[in-house]
Amino acid sequence: MQVYLPIAEMSVNALLVLGMGGLVGFLSGMFGVGGGFLMTPLLIFIGVPPAIAVGTQANQLVAASVSGVLAHWRRGNVDVKLGVVMLLGGMVGTVVGVWIFSILQRIGQIDAAITLSYVFFLGTIGTMMMVEASRALIRRRAPTAKRGKLHRHMWLHGLPLKMRFQRSKLYISALLPAGIGAVGGMLVAIMGIGGGFMLVPAMIYLLNMPTGLVAGTSLFQIIFTTAMATLLQAATNQTVDVMLALLLLIGGVVGAQFGTKAGGRLRGEQARLLLASLVVAVALKLAFDLVVEPNDVFTISTRMS
Amino acid sequence: MSAVRKGAGRLWSVRVAGGLAGLLAGVFLAATVWAQQLVADLSSHLIAITTGFTGTEVVLFGTTDGAGDVAIVVTGPRTPVTVRRKERIAGIWINARSVRFEQVPGYYMVATNRPLDQFVGRPVLERHQIGLPNLQLGPREQLAPDQLALFRSALIRNKQRAGLYGITLGQVAFLGERLFRTNIYFPANVPTGLYNVEALLIRDGEVVSAQTTPLVVSKVGFSAEIYDFARNQPMIYGVAAVIGAIAAGWLAGAIFRRV
Repeated sequence: MQVYLPIAEMSVNALLVLGMGGLVGFLSGMFGVGGGFLMTPLLIFIGVPPAIAVGTQANQLVAASVSGVLAHWRRGNVDVKLGVVMLLGGMVGTVVGVWIFSILQRIGQIDAAITLSYVFFLGTIGTMMMVEASRALIRRRAPTAKRGKLHRHMWLHGLPLKMRFQRSKLYISALLPAGIGAVGGMLVAIMGIGGGFMLVPAMIYLLNMPTGLVAGTSLFQIIFTTAMATLLQAATNQTVDVMLALLLLIGGVVGAQFGTKAGGRLRGEQARLLLASLVVAVALKLAFDLVVEPNDVFTISTRMS
Repeated sequence: MSAVRKGAGRLWSVRVAGGLAGLLAGVFLAATVWAQQLVADLSSHLIAITTGFTGTEVVLFGTTDGAGDVAIVVTGPRTPVTVRRKERIAGIWINARSVRFEQVPGYYMVATNRPLDQFVGRPVLERHQIGLPNLQLGPREQLAPDQLALFRSALIRNKQRAGLYGITLGQVAFLGERLFRTNIYFPANVPTGLYNVEALLIRDGEVVSAQTTPLVVSKVGFSAEIYDFARNQPMIYGVAAVIGAIAAGWLAGAIFRRV
């Protein structure tokens, strides 16, 4: 079944897009990440212009995050206070990100910059997570190993503006979650993704947040940053295709429900190892595309820029 | 929409003129040999892009007043296009050189009844921009001719890959001596705007008659409304998109709670 996308100005197979939305939604529900880092390359792969893939996807992520948060909310897995602090940082980050984006656009290297930042962020974080999760799995198998300390002190914990987050049982500087939120907001603006793949490990490793609360809280924050990104993209670039978003979100919200249920059955380390493998795989694919000579070294664009 | 009306209006006047010409030709046949030597029309003058649009075919048909060859040239709206060449810098392929072409048709197709070189010479082809080698694209940069040719052929290659430029000549079929027809295919990604469909009658290597028929490609219905909404009220469109997404997410959450 073919459907014409009015903003992308192309015709796509509706079932294919629904399936893509469902797959990404499933993963997003399972790991608590928005899944944008998977959807952008997928959409570009089926021929959607990159700018429209990024803008539309932000819109789709709003729906996926809302339905994901609802499922986590009912299980009491959302730390609203921490989420709001992260969100404040996220707002600042989004504004800074838009500014950086406009500079890159002026230089004329936005495409390469986006791909490179994908490779860098996905590669680094994926590898770090992979190493950590495998270690945790090995430790679990060896019962003689000593139990790690509940709480390690780093220089990060010496920052001012300490706040108590009862839900997460944390007493940390508010600058920490706000800073993580700010980096997440920048990623939304520059790479057009929710940033969950970055927020989740940062919340686990930097904040030492209970793993069960991480997915719900990061999704809670992502609702607002993606909503802001949708507004900015629609207002400035007109790159939000609601028809495409509708197809993606139908698949996405359904997939996210099943994903959340499946995620509940996974142990923390297993989920993290799976997510890490996925992130590294996408990074390798993108790096490969950058290094290998393209089929046609020439590209054309009709967009004014 | 105004373009549609303008196009239809012009078409009507073309039809009237054609009819009048036919009448006059009939009346004064003995007195003068003047007549419209070629008359052509399209099966449809509006390609409507609806939600279910997957590409369409338009039939061009016409008649000549005797022997001769027919060339049909379909040209889409002209817009600027930037062609970029990737180069390997520090191991990765990134955009390096770029050339801007100011007058690139969004669609271009030529159909003839036999290979062009059998009945017409280069100067005529160049003058009427018949065939991809003779298409004027208006390059802006001053570049060495061989470099420019590379970018030019890359532009055409990319357009052909998108299905917007003809790879081969289309076939004009003659039914008897005078009646001819050809099918023009427009893919789903066809750009919107005003198209020119030119029908040329060529005798002894010269264009003896030409007729230009307008063709409008326009979004209609739901997809047109969405497009206009996004263009005219981008901020409200964005707000609506966000509210819709929140509602959809909420709805899905509520449904799945019951399951």
